[in-house]
Amino acid sequence: MTAPLLSIRDLRVAFPTRQGVFEAVRGVSFDLGRERLGVVGESGSGKSMTGRAILGLVRPPGKVTAARMELHGESILNLPERRMRALRGARISMIMQDPKFSLNPVMTVGQQIMEAYRLHSGQGGRMARDKAMEMLNAVQIRDPERVFHAYPHEVSGGMGQRIMIAMMLAPDPEILIADEPTSALDVSVRNEVLRIMDRLVAERGMGLIFISHDLNLVAQFCDRVLIMYAGRVVEEIAARDLHQARHPYTRGLLDSLPRLDHPVSRLSVLERQPSWRDEEIATPFPGGL
Amino acid sequence: MTEMTTRAWLLTDAPQTRRQARLGAIYQGWLTFRANRLAMLGLAILLFLLFVAAFAPWLAPQNPFAQNLAERLKPPSAAHWLGTDALGRDILSRLIHGSRVTLFIVGTVALIAPVIGLFVGTVAGFAGGWVDQVLMRITDIFLAFPKLILALAFVAALGPGIGNAVLALAITSWPPYARLARAETLTIRHADYIAAARLQGAGPLRLLIGHVWPLCISSLIVRVALDMAGIILSAAGLGFLGLGAQPPMPEWGAMISDGRTYILDFWWVAAMPGMAIFIVSLAFNLLGDGLRDVLDPKGAKE
Amino acid sequence: MLKVENLDVWFGDPPDRVHAVQGATFSVAAGESYGLVGESGSGKSTILRAITGLASGWSGRIEVGGEVVSGGHRSRNFHRSVQMVFQDPYASLHPRHSVDRVLSETLRLQGMDGIDGRITRLLEAVGLGQGFRFRYPHQLSGGQRQRVAIARALAAEPRLLLLDEPTSALDVSVQAEILNLLSDLRRERGLTYVMVSHDLAVVAHMCDRLAVMRSGQIVEEMEAASLRSGRVGTPYAGELLAASSSYRREAG
Repeated sequence: MTAPLLSIRDLRVAFPTRQGVFEAVRGVSFDLGRERLGVVGESGSGKSMTGRAILGLVRPPGKVTAARMELHGESILNLPERRMRALRGARISMIMQDPKFSLNPVMTVGQQIMEAYRLHSGQGGRMARDKAMEMLNAVQIRDPERVFHAYPHEVSGGMGQRIMIAMMLAPDPEILIADEPTSALDVSVRNEVLRIMDRLVAERGMGLIFISHDLNLVAQFCDRVLIMYAGRVVEEIAARDLHQARHPYTRGLLDSLPRLDHPVSRLSVLERQPSWRDEEIATPFPGGL
Repeated sequence: MTEMTTRAWLLTDAPQTRRQARLGAIYQGWLTFRANRLAMLGLAILLFLLFVAAFAPWLAPQNPFAQNLAERLKPPSAAHWLGTDALGRDILSRLIHGSRVTLFIVGTVALIAPVIGLFVGTVAGFAGGWVDQVLMRITDIFLAFPKLILALAFVAALGPGIGNAVLALAITSWPPYARLARAETLTIRHADYIAAARLQGAGPLRLLIGHVWPLCISSLIVRVALDMAGIILSAAGLGFLGLGAQPPMPEWGAMISDGRTYILDFWWVAAMPGMAIFIVSLAFNLLGDGLRDVLDPKGAKE
Repeated sequence: MLKVENLDVWFGDPPDRVHAVQGATFSVAAGESYGLVGESGSGKSTILRAITGLASGWSGRIEVGGEVVSGGHRSRNFHRSVQMVFQDPYASLHPRHSVDRVLSETLRLQGMDGIDGRITRLLEAVGLGQGFRFRYPHQLSGGQRQRVAIARALAAEPRLLLLDEPTSALDVSVQAEILNLLSDLRRERGLTYVMVSHDLAVVAHMCDRLAVMRSGQIVEEMEAASLRSGRVGTPYAGELLAASSSYRREAG
């Protein structure tokens, strides 16, 4: 088996609070290859924090520790800011939930994509412009000239997210972390954006970490799924096997969703067991998941 | 229930009574404030000022009004810690008594200006339409005049004296608070909790007082604390021009004015009251910063 | 219980006027649960706002419990019979008011007596213990806040409850609890629901009948059973159904 792109062992993110230390992520381990990995959890499960920790976006007083956090065998744990900046965008990129908040409202779309490319390639002017147009085409924006000169508030949500994808993929990173990329989008637009992300990731041989609360969506889109609860991974399963999941939390999540094809009079409610927080999970990783 | 320490009782996430909830909220605010060393310094200085003002007659070593021409313009010494002024009066004693005047000015303006501003701003923001337009134009008119000039005009009309000076300052300081309150109100106006209260039949007065004001008051308090420095300086300015406190009242600004002529050879006459104003203004600024961290965490530094 | 005829709702003045709803007509019988489905911008939430008097520019006819409403003002009676639960639990509670304050203010506005006892019973009815009574919103989770919002809506003892995407901002596991709570309450108190949602599965579960909206107009009305079996009348409804069921990866 080829060496994984990203290798993480025992990742922990802790924050000091008045009531003691709060651990948002408590020992997460996984490998990421050139595949689509889904990370599913509810709010407070630590899934977003995991993504941020990988990119070095956890600010003090938060503390990130891990036995291992390696990109291509090189450690990226707690690197000095200068080196993280070189990494971010060029090798690992992130797409967030709402393009309204992640696109700069006072720069045109074209300028932002060009800037993203320029920062990491060092190329300016003509090359950057061509690259920006190429990316807009790659995300299937029908009128790239017009959109190039438009401001973020002039484009729809779905288009904004596609622009985000264009911007984040312009510097040709190896790994894309997508944090709830389609949660703010309507259903009809959602599938289009997912299709575009799918194709681009496959064409470029990238690794994708797809963070979401939507279990079904992740199961259909990803190859492998990690289910997180209270800062830990409680189950790891191939996407196609999701409906045979064994951990009671996963089963509980699956069963509590209303379904068009299975009418019920009462939705089954997840009964949280305190044991899920700390019990030993059978895992191939030494030291636990 | 197991015994809880007082601290745990205050910090709990699940208060059992109204009192516990309120005290808990205040305590948490206090902890945030306390963590800011500079803000605590500001608070300490202001508490000291309060103490000095309260016990001025007992603390002042000498009579602030006693003139002694033989002792005029003496530099700081054992007999007069901060020296004497042009009429031989002990500067330290004058400063101590002057603290009362300063507090009077600051307190009065702090009570009057923000209250007017709150009223005008929230009513304008909440009502909208022509009410908003009229009130904001009035605000603009007051804002268009430089504060000191307007205060001068009032004092000239009403006659000099510290009371009139303070009134003038209060009347000219409210517009920024009105603007601030209006901006907050505009944001809040469309919130779901306002809509929900409307759906229960809450009238505009209840919404204004019970829902909008509690949210505006935090930013107003912070703004007032930060503005105090400016108020003191404005009062000092009026005093300097001879239109505020009248002699022989030991108002700090008037003292600087008196020392103006002697500043080159007898620097302490103007510098001592200047230092006092500087320290108190700084203290208010630090306090204001600390309050902002407590009351408006969104704007706080991380 | 609710009759809406030819409802038009607009915002702003010409030439920038936006027509959020055009010609909407539907009715809901007492005790029924009716769904309004559509994507963002379809006008579904705007209809609820027009009914409650929160939208300023509208025309048409709205009749609630036999009483015709007009303009932006609603009578005391109206507030007693119609209440709303908002979408965002983080925005529907005043950040400085405790749960106790929210509920007691509501009860007082509705002219109820025995406030203390009622608060206790309301909290119980929504599954919150007495320990929650004096908490502030920042001490409550999303699901708990939504329960408080439901308690606030129930305080007036209404007959019609308007639900604006009540669970979209909540976690999946919490959603199930809240939906069950809403179903139970409807059964126990004989309430009528109008529920807005973009989630077809949720609407199919909670509602008897529903209307599909697009760009401010109702394109189709159908029974929940038809939705489940895929028997849709218009292509748009078919698109919505297909889009919401799954993402199919392109072959290869």
